Amino acid sequence: MSRGVLATEKRGVRELGAEEKVGWDAVPQGVVLNSFDNILKENVSHVKPEDRDYSDFNSYTATVASWRVIKPVYNRDICIDCQNCWVWCPDTSIISRDKQMLGIDYDHCKGCGVCVEVCPTNPKSLLMFGEAQELEDALAMWPEKKKKAK
Amino acid sequence: MAITNIKNLKEFSTANERFEGAHLLCPGCAHSMIVRELMNATDDNLVIASNTGCLEVSTAVYPYTSWDTSWIHIGFENAATAASCAESMYKARKRKGTLPDPDAPVKFVAFGGDGSTYDIGFQWLSGAMERGHDFTYICLDNENYANTGGQRSSSTPIGAHTSTAQAGSESYGKTQRKKDMVAIMAAHGAPYVAQLSPNKWKIMAKGFQKALETEGPCFINTVSPCTTEWKFDPKDTIHLADLATDTLMFPVYEIINGTELNILYRPKNVIPVEEYLAAQGRYKHLFKPENKHVIERIQKDIDAKWEYLQRREEARV
Repeated sequence: MSRGVLATEKRGVRELGAEEKVGWDAVPQGVVLNSFDNILKENVSHVKPEDRDYSDFNSYTATVASWRVIKPVYNRDICIDCQNCWVWCPDTSIISRDKQMLGIDYDHCKGCGVCVEVCPTNPKSLLMFGEAQELEDALAMWPEKKKKAK
Repeated sequence: MAITNIKNLKEFSTANERFEGAHLLCPGCAHSMIVRELMNATDDNLVIASNTGCLEVSTAVYPYTSWDTSWIHIGFENAATAASCAESMYKARKRKGTLPDPDAPVKFVAFGGDGSTYDIGFQWLSGAMERGHDFTYICLDNENYANTGGQRSSSTPIGAHTSTAQAGSESYGKTQRKKDMVAIMAAHGAPYVAQLSPNKWKIMAKGFQKALETEGPCFINTVSPCTTEWKFDPKDTIHLADLATDTLMFPVYEIINGTELNILYRPKNVIPVEEYLAAQGRYKHLFKPENKHVIERIQKDIDAKWEYLQRREEARV
């Protein structure tokens, strides 16, 4: 069983497409990519992501951060842990453990802004800022609660 | 069958993700929302087959995979075949006693876009449905071949502008109506057929659980608003899905055993279809005075379909 051409190299977090390009004729036929380095004894859905042994082939180890021009910033003080952002995040980038929203995975977030749109709090506990904005500055300029228009 | 608790969103969010980030789907793509809602709705082992399409090319970019479960890709048209063959092999090995863990629950799922479901893989899907394998087929319906540049498919609704059914002075876009795939699949006698939408996450997760629990071939059509080809801002994906269900462009319903039809979501206020059309760039040309008749026709079709669904639900036939 082939494990692909990059199997021997251990890499950390990489940019997708940044590694050495391999021509189609160098790719072995019928490639099997293993998501984990060791065959799991347990069902994956019973193992928390931080306890998993992700292999280099898992896109969890890659990043798409360079796609982003705007980024969501999370304000813990206003959040009510409704998990709307978690269920509708298309990039598995909302980190949520034990019914609590912990933050945003900036390696996988593409900055689509869906989480901001579905946030129900007033003011929103997630807002989009420019990619270069410092997190502290963004939190300092958070808007005040909007009064309902009568 | 072990089921994730989906009583409320907080309970649902304790599910451990099996679909990883850094796939290459567009920002704001609804495909991955649907896949996540499915995979988090169960903690059984999953064997997934994908047709060629946005989902397949974006989640398996060599040398990466975004799937933490078994995942197979063969060709454009044969996810249904791959899933049904895997299911047959599983049954045979179970009978012969050659499985390492025969008691572990395994479910077989196939994903396809609308191009590979409505057009190219139609024959293969129909065959798998007829053979009665125990699997669930999920169609991610974004109403065009989004992976190859937005060509028309038989799922594209009337009046939509696509790269091969262009709107202009001679044409108002696609002139044919959308194929009713849910009715076709129900006519196969499938035990569970449904049309679901990602904005109604609870209905969707429940529908997935029901399909996985049901023995036999199940078909689910899901609305997947496409930011690139429907031409709207990526942040509005859920808003578009809301409009699709509330204008009844995509009614949310299920058909059990081909006869028992249940409407799963009734909008409190039905919105006129203009609002749904106006939110998307692909329908821009319909608001010219000479194309007004197309909008009227779309609204008429929607009203007739809704009336039909309600009467069928009542009549139980």
